[in-house]
Amino acid sequence: MTPAVVPRTDWIPPALLLAIALGGLALIGNPSTWVTLSVAGLAMGLLIFIMSSGLTLVFGLMDVMNFAHGLFIAVGAYVAASVMKFLSASVDSESFLVNLGALAPAMLAAAAVAGLLGLFFERVIIRPVYGQHLKQILITTGGMIVAEQLIHVLWGPDLLPLPRPATLRGSFLIGDMAIEKFRLVAVVLGLAIFAAMLLLLNRTKIGLLIRAGVENKEMVEAMGYRVRRLFVAVFVAGSALAGLGGALWGMYQESVTVAIGANMMVLIFIVIIIGGLGSVGGCFVGALLVGLVANYVGYLSPKIALGSNILLMVIVLLWRPQGLYPMNKQ
Amino acid sequence: MVPRGELTMLLGRNGAGKTTALRTIIALWRASAGSIRFESNDIASWQTPTIADLGIAYVPESMGIFAGLTVRENLMLAARRGPPDEARLDWIFRFFPPMKKFWHLPAGLLSGGQKQMLSISRAIVEPRKLVLIDEPTKGLAPAIINNLIEALGELKKTDTTILMVEQNFHAARSLGDSVAVMDAGRIVHSGRMADLAADDALQNRLLGLSLEAHQ
Repeated sequence: MTPAVVPRTDWIPPALLLAIALGGLALIGNPSTWVTLSVAGLAMGLLIFIMSSGLTLVFGLMDVMNFAHGLFIAVGAYVAASVMKFLSASVDSESFLVNLGALAPAMLAAAAVAGLLGLFFERVIIRPVYGQHLKQILITTGGMIVAEQLIHVLWGPDLLPLPRPATLRGSFLIGDMAIEKFRLVAVVLGLAIFAAMLLLLNRTKIGLLIRAGVENKEMVEAMGYRVRRLFVAVFVAGSALAGLGGALWGMYQESVTVAIGANMMVLIFIVIIIGGLGSVGGCFVGALLVGLVANYVGYLSPKIALGSNILLMVIVLLWRPQGLYPMNKQ
Repeated sequence: MVPRGELTMLLGRNGAGKTTALRTIIALWRASAGSIRFESNDIASWQTPTIADLGIAYVPESMGIFAGLTVRENLMLAARRGPPDEARLDWIFRFFPPMKKFWHLPAGLLSGGQKQMLSISRAIVEPRKLVLIDEPTKGLAPAIINNLIEALGELKKTDTTILMVEQNFHAARSLGDSVAVMDAGRIVHSGRMADLAADDALQNRLLGLSLEAHQ
C-alpha cells in the first residue's frame, strides 16, 4: 500500500542542537578546543540520556513522579565499583578484551541489580500511591533517604574508587585535539542504546503499546491490554538503564559517593522537562543540549556554568511550554 | 437489556448518565451498585482488559485515538488477534476511504471527521460481539455525519450488537432498532426506536422536547 500522504518530522529541535554547536564554535574560536568540549558535551549528554530515558517513560505512562530515580543510579555505580574491584586484575590489563571481561560483567550487574531494585520499589513503594502525586513525591523522596542510608551500611560512607579499564584511560591525540577514550565509549554506547530504544518503540508491538499508553492508557486498557503489567516492565527497564548509566557516570568521574544519584536528579529533571514528559526523542535531544551547554558555558564563563542549564530550560519552555516534543496526553 | 444483533440507541438529557453507563460497562468507571450482565457473566467487578477480551469494543466521545501513532499503527494495536486480514481492511476502507489514503499519517493530523472514522475503524477492525459508541456524530459536518450513518448501517448488517449514545435525531432515527431513554441514571423508557420517533408526546415527556429539535 502506497501512502498518499507522508508524515513530517519536526527537525527544529535537532537544528537547535546544531545551532548551539556552531554557536559554541564561534564563541570558543579554537577548533581543537571546540572538538574536545563537544565530545565531552555529547558524552555527558548521552550518559544523562541513559539515566533519564526510563524516568520520562515512567512519568509518561503512569504519571508517576519518582524522586527516587537517583537511587538506581547510585546503586548501579556502587555495584559496578564492587565488580570492578573484584575483577581488578582484568581492569588493569593492557588487553582490551581482558578489560571487557571486567567491564561487561560490571555493567550487566549494575543494570540487573538496579532493575531488581526497581521491581521491588514499584511493588512496595509506588503501587500503593498510584494517581496521588503528593504522596508519590513524599514516599519516593523518603524511600531515597532510607536507601541512601542502606548504601552507607553496605558500602560505607567513604568515597569509592571506580577506575576505568586500562585501555580506556587517557586520550586520543589528533593534532591539537585531545579526545578522552572513555568519552568516545560513552558516545558509542549512548547512541547504541538510543537506536535500540527507537527500534523497540517504533518497530515492535510492545513499543507501540508504550507509545499509545503514554498518550491514553485508558484507551489501551479498553482495547484489552494490561497497562499495569506494561508499566512494571517499563519501570524495571528504566531502573536498569539508570543503573547502567550510574555505572558509566561513576566511571566517567572515576569515583562513587552515595550522592551520585541525587546530584544527577536536577539535570535529569531538566532534561525530561526540556524534552517533553514521556518523549524519548525529546529526552535524547534535551540531554545533548544540556551536555553541550554545560561544557561550552563551563569553558567560556565558569561562574555562570551552574545556572546555565536552568537558563536553557527557561528559554526552551518559553519557546515550547510543553517541551521540545510535547506528548499528546489524554 | 440490549438485544443481540441490534443497534440500541441510548438517549437522554445532558447529565442523564448515558456516557457513565457506557464507561461503566467497559469498567473505566465502577458501578456503585447493581450488576452488568454480558452473555452469561456478571462483569460488574471485572477489569477493563478482561471485559475487552470478551469481544467488547469502546468508541469514546473523545474518540481516544493515539495522535502520535499512524493510522496503520492505531489499527494494528486494535487488532488483538494479529494483523487484520486484507479483506477486513478493504471492508473498512470501503466505509472510510480516508483511512487508506492517510494510512501512514500520524492520527493527530487527521481532521475531526477522519479521527472519528479511525476511532470506529479501530472498534471494528476485528469482529466484535458488542460495540459501545458514544456520540459519534458530535461536532461533525453534515456530510461526514451522513457518511458515518451509512457506515454504521453497513456494520449493522454484520450482526454486531451496538449500543450507541446519540443526540442527533437524524442519526438516531436512521440507525436505531431499539431505544432506551435514561434520566437521573436510570432507564425510564425502552422500546422500539420507530415507536419513539413517531410519538411526539412521548418524546416531550421523556426528553423534554421533540427529537426533531435535536436536528
